[in-house]
Amino acid sequence: MAEQLYNAIFVGSIYALFAVGFALVFSVLDILNLAHPVVFMLGAFVALFCMSTFGLPAAIAAVAAFLVTGLFGIFLDRLAFAPLRRRGAPPLSAMISSLGFAIVVIRLMELRYGPDLTSYPAGSLPQTVVQIGDARVDGLRLLIIGLAILLMAALTYVVRATQLGRDIRALAENPRAARLLGVDVDRAIAATFFISSGLGGVAGALLGFAYNAIYPQMGTPYELKAFTVMVVGGMGSLPGAVLGAYILGIGEIAALVFLPAELAELRDAFAFGLLFLVLVIRPRGLLGHRAVERA
Amino acid sequence: MDALGEFVRVYQTTIGVIGINALLALSVWITLYAGQLTLGNAAFMAIGAYGAALLGMRLGVPFPLGLVLGAGLSATLALPLGLAVFRLRGVYLAIATIGFGEVVRVLLLTLPFTGKALGLNGIPPLTELWHIYLSLVVVAYVLWRVQGSTVGRAWAAIREDEIAAASQGIAIRRYKLAAFVAGAALAAWAGGLSAHLNFSIEPGDFGFTRAVQILVYAVVGGTPSVAGPILGATLLTALPEILRPLREYRDIFAGLILMGVIIYLPRGLVTLAELRKTRRLQEIGAADVA
Repeated sequence: MAEQLYNAIFVGSIYALFAVGFALVFSVLDILNLAHPVVFMLGAFVALFCMSTFGLPAAIAAVAAFLVTGLFGIFLDRLAFAPLRRRGAPPLSAMISSLGFAIVVIRLMELRYGPDLTSYPAGSLPQTVVQIGDARVDGLRLLIIGLAILLMAALTYVVRATQLGRDIRALAENPRAARLLGVDVDRAIAATFFISSGLGGVAGALLGFAYNAIYPQMGTPYELKAFTVMVVGGMGSLPGAVLGAYILGIGEIAALVFLPAELAELRDAFAFGLLFLVLVIRPRGLLGHRAVERA
Repeated sequence: MDALGEFVRVYQTTIGVIGINALLALSVWITLYAGQLTLGNAAFMAIGAYGAALLGMRLGVPFPLGLVLGAGLSATLALPLGLAVFRLRGVYLAIATIGFGEVVRVLLLTLPFTGKALGLNGIPPLTELWHIYLSLVVVAYVLWRVQGSTVGRAWAAIREDEIAAASQGIAIRRYKLAAFVAGAALAAWAGGLSAHLNFSIEPGDFGFTRAVQILVYAVVGGTPSVAGPILGATLLTALPEILRPLREYRDIFAGLILMGVIIYLPRGLVTLAELRKTRRLQEIGAADVA
């Protein structure tokens, strides 16, 4: 039981890291970034590249994954979103543009690494077992949970308490007013994408470490989960995304534990049933402030 | 005529799929035309496909009746669903319908009579090309007429400004619901046709990817007119065939073309003609007027 709860918290942490980045771009720019799963996947592969080509330790590879995918996020924005923003195109266009971008990158990665599972070099990942009470748990996962919580705390600090965070929030409120008030809007947008994609990339690398199996399509299932997480927590709310992620992680594992084996597929229905219910009963989610009326 | 016959025989499957995708693109176009972004049409397509196939295979229901019942079932489900989700707008509405789509897909994986992950195999190939294209012609004609009717103008008004439309006495809720139900029935009809064209169906055929694909056909083709979704579905379905010489690089080009269209042709491929007109106006220095 304790082990299952531990698994639930681990899964929830990965969902949370994935979803906060996704939610950040949505709350600031109203874009559903369908290329976020690609950034997640790239993080895992950047870490792989660092470890197999340069023989770097996993910790440094994770930092590299954050930086490289963060910069990649800025590149993604310049290529797929900036031209649409200049024209004032509807959010739907941005969604489709990022979809096209995602297809291109996933295919390129499949050409390079093949569509199948790749694993990290043997012996490059720390393997320890930690004893907590009467439960024996994988030390690496414990480390990942801690790191995820740390990163989310850092994000909260940056958004709430720094000048950059104030600029980003001003941009989210009203881009034109922010510009008039002297906010460097382009810089704030670039920072938003850097943070969002960096967190997504780290999430991918950490998940890759935990399962030691990565593949070009690995981000896709998380995209649908991230929708659920954002809706349950409240779209545009970062604490909401974190809360939603843990609710989803725990709910899924609970469904797995309590449902009979032949209904195990219903585990996924749990996520989307939850999503649907929240939207119909409480559309602004658990911690959402903004009214749903905004189109 | 012989050359044409040969062409049709060689590309029979692709031609059939193009027609079905055009019907699907039109199904999402109806709601888009009313300004509502929904992504549930892959699920409605699944309901039509499984409905028609199961009715035919298990109960011996004749093919045309199976199609009608599948579409009817889909419309019947769309009505309460629409009542629930049309309190939402924009991205929220889209995500709610994605949630519905995933629930349907997971149910297909779990229910005892849907064949679970393996899906249904050995569906009799009863769909002829003329079934698909007759449906397409009829649907396109009806939608084209609807566009100019009271209903079509009400949809356009809701799309442009809901509050203004409501203040003109347009029953917004009812018109949105009508668009949603009509789209659901059409998607199910296309699903039924595709099940009997393809021999086998499985839940994975009707997931999120499919839902987005249908939307992409409509948006890339262009939503201002009925011709847009048909054009979009045709070109994007044929694209892998056209790009076949590029082999493993063809998805990359398809992705780039998708980005190019959405960035450079804001209102879709159908506006290519308009764009040329604008260029001409720019050349004579009258672009702002256009």
